[in-house]
Amino acid sequence: MIRFLLRRFATMAVTLVIISALVFFIIKLPPGDFLTNQIAELRAQGESASIAKAEFLIKQYGLDRPAWEQYLVWIGVMPGPNGFSGLLQGDWGWSFEYDKPVTEVLGDALWLTLLVNLAVVIFIHLVSIPIAIYSATRQYSLGDYIATFIGYIGLATPSFLLALILLYYANRWFDVSIGGLYDAKFAGQPWTWEKVRSLLSHLVVPTLVIGLGGTAAMIRRMRANLLDELGKQYYVTAKAKGLAPRTALLKYPFRMSLNPFIADIGNLLPHLISGSVLVSLVLSLPTVGPILLSALKSQDQFLAGFILMFVAVLTVVGMLISDLLLAWLDPRIRLGGRR
Amino acid sequence: METPLLSIRQLTVDFKAETGDFRAVNGLSFDIPKGKTVALVGESGSGKSVTAHAILQILSKKAHISGGSIVFNDPQNASYDIAALGAESDAMHALRGGRIAMIFQEPMTSLSPLHTIGDQISEALLIHARVSRGEARKRTMDKLARVGFPDPKRALTTYPFELSGGLRQRAMIAMALITRPALLIADEPTTALDVTTQAQILDLIKELQAETGMSVLLITHDLGVVANIADEVVVMYRGRVTETGSREDIFRNAQHPYLQALMRAVPRFAMAPDERLTPIREIKSATLASAHAPERIEPKGPILKVENLTKSYTLRAGWFSGKMLKIRAVSDVNLSLPVGKTLGLVGESGCGKTTVSKMIMRAMHQDSGRVLFDNGLGPRDVFELQGDALTEYRRSVQFIFQDPFSSLNPRMTVYEILTEPLRIHEIGTPDERYARAKQLLDMVGLDKRSLRRYPHSFSGGQRQRLGIARALALEPRVLLCDEPVSALDVSVQAQVLNLLKDLQSALGLSYLFVSHNLAVVDYIADTIAVMCRGYIVEEAPKISLFRNPVHPYTQALLAAVPDPDIDRPLDFAKLRADRFSAPSQWPEPFRLLHGEAGVMKEIEPGHKVRLSYRAAQEAA
Repeated sequence: MIRFLLRRFATMAVTLVIISALVFFIIKLPPGDFLTNQIAELRAQGESASIAKAEFLIKQYGLDRPAWEQYLVWIGVMPGPNGFSGLLQGDWGWSFEYDKPVTEVLGDALWLTLLVNLAVVIFIHLVSIPIAIYSATRQYSLGDYIATFIGYIGLATPSFLLALILLYYANRWFDVSIGGLYDAKFAGQPWTWEKVRSLLSHLVVPTLVIGLGGTAAMIRRMRANLLDELGKQYYVTAKAKGLAPRTALLKYPFRMSLNPFIADIGNLLPHLISGSVLVSLVLSLPTVGPILLSALKSQDQFLAGFILMFVAVLTVVGMLISDLLLAWLDPRIRLGGRR
Repeated sequence: METPLLSIRQLTVDFKAETGDFRAVNGLSFDIPKGKTVALVGESGSGKSVTAHAILQILSKKAHISGGSIVFNDPQNASYDIAALGAESDAMHALRGGRIAMIFQEPMTSLSPLHTIGDQISEALLIHARVSRGEARKRTMDKLARVGFPDPKRALTTYPFELSGGLRQRAMIAMALITRPALLIADEPTTALDVTTQAQILDLIKELQAETGMSVLLITHDLGVVANIADEVVVMYRGRVTETGSREDIFRNAQHPYLQALMRAVPRFAMAPDERLTPIREIKSATLASAHAPERIEPKGPILKVENLTKSYTLRAGWFSGKMLKIRAVSDVNLSLPVGKTLGLVGESGCGKTTVSKMIMRAMHQDSGRVLFDNGLGPRDVFELQGDALTEYRRSVQFIFQDPFSSLNPRMTVYEILTEPLRIHEIGTPDERYARAKQLLDMVGLDKRSLRRYPHSFSGGQRQRLGIARALALEPRVLLCDEPVSALDVSVQAQVLNLLKDLQSALGLSYLFVSHNLAVVDYIADTIAVMCRGYIVEEAPKISLFRNPVHPYTQALLAAVPDPDIDRPLDFAKLRADRFSAPSQWPEPFRLLHGEAGVMKEIEPGHKVRLSYRAAQEAA
């Protein structure tokens, strides 16, 4: 077990190094960078004070050096103008666009994103699993057809459209603004009980909107998985033992049908950050998605690079978690190959 | 007369199908007396399993009991008419698994791979008896010990896939019997097992029955099994009973033509050399009658020769550990297949026979040794063939698979399946391919109009014939048949075996026939090689092998085949010791120490046996 973990950590480290290099060089691919663009702009406007600052920043972050040196400085294995100070040392860099350290820019956004998307994931599973079990056990019944139909509508509706519609009607009928994640008056305020309550009430609509498509997809997949397992011989055995149908179903076929979803956790984690960009824009949610989008557009390299690296770390960690969970839950994997 | 334990009267079960309703069981009546074994015999599709599922009310959703009664006279309780109980009523839940238990054919898929044996067995007890978990655990351990687990405590925490097929079926039996049911339904309990394991499982069921006084309903298509353990026999055909009677009556004096036909279809050891099996439905084929071998140069020596073939696998011992286990699947195998003859390769599952056939196909590489193929121009090593020579070899050697269901692509029509080999090898124009496909279909006795149909609309036997037709498409010289009839019913088995024999004499084919069923190999092969743990332990012409089996493993295999002849019962006591497949447990001079290969010694013309080095040297 320990040997396995060590091996996995080693491969994870290698993967991350490769990803970080890719991320950095892809961000650097377009000509110029945020600061040179800005300097050109300022020069056109003749603002020498700002130009001086921008040039100071270029020196500060070594943007005048070759790309591979910049990369090594960024990850923190080569001394920059301030000595070793990069991702490895916990310095996430400077956002030129916001003129703030990346830590401050992302601060709340990072964990609010996690919160929203965690709520979505829980919502999807809570809603879709019971429906999937219902329609699988009653295949081709009226209830199955209705669930299938609603599922298809959910799949086919673009979530940003739904967000717009809800935004409009919530305002018109209930006179509530559902944009944002808390009431505008709490912006920049410290976290109080009031603010948390506002957050929770604002969480409902984004969860619904983002979760709907996922729920529909999940119902279809879960139903198909379960239908496969329901035809298996061991389920007949369980029934022949005298188990009540519900116990038999949950203990055997349901448990088996979960495996693909556990294997999916690795994909789910990065999705928590990078998914739902469109909906976040429409509902003006203060999440990471829109920040990443603008950072990429304006070549705000440290900000974009950090967010992408964060997603990469989540992916790799997610894969590890799902592998470990699978091994824990499925003895065939844990003991496989041993005779 | 004592009231029977279970009494079925005028039972009908209907299936709802897209093509209309279908009556699977039609007015079935029979009794199961207390403490006796009743065998329910018939081909697949005759309604045997449906009857068993009806008794437990675990029919699939498409089926329902539409008439008749199933009266269960529980000695510990009142009588019930099961047919009148709701499938999910409390009374039914108590009966199911509690008073009537069932074991199934495929012990691998019948147990959940995610739960330990201990969990699945004690669960049955926890549902039906008020016992604490500790008590349930203890009784599970006792039961596991009773059914023959060497280390019952360890067995509690093992998973089904860690066990051999025989042990899995033992675990199933423990699970069924832990609640001390009055009736055990065994649905083809040994069909998926090797003969030696089969004999042990049958023995175990018999013993446990004597101990507990339960009744057994044994569902099977194997008349050999019936002759050995049934007290009474019920023969089913198309949902009806065609004949019932005691074992004596049935085997000595079969009345109904269906049963007589069924008996004639089973290969037996006592058959005359030229005797032919009589399948219930014989294949008629005009093409086959007029077919002849293609004109080509025939090799002078054997067409296929295997020399010192060896193959080991490395297995990782577990997911988390880096330990490697080396397993010798095939050790120093020598075989020789003469033109137009059949070489039978016999052994239990896991003995390496499939690995040998895969290496001959060059689907897998050897560690050492050679496979020589002679196309008439002299023997050449198959592993060194390249380019055109390899393509020609591929054309000359074709494979027939065990499972007729998964070996045909469900998304291809029969026409596409039969012409695919021709297309791959770029033979003929589309018109010629079409004509060839029709000819092939007719050769295996299938209707030419089947060309547009998909495999799923054929029965198992018909599908196996499609597989044979596909193998014949390229006019091969050698067919490798890997257990081609072990998934088939006796009646269909006879049909396919006869077809293979006819094809061989018409087309001059040579067969390597791999099987675990000695009676089948006896019927079709000229020479037989017995394989155990990767070694050929005995090799002889058919007649001398059966007249004079020398090696203890061969003797055990022969002794374990249930013969459908009540005067030749299985000697269960002899088979009880599970030592015949361990080389280190064989008696002298056959005993092989760990890692020792021994030597093959010829004891009469063509009859070779593997002896230990020491014994061979002493003899010399």
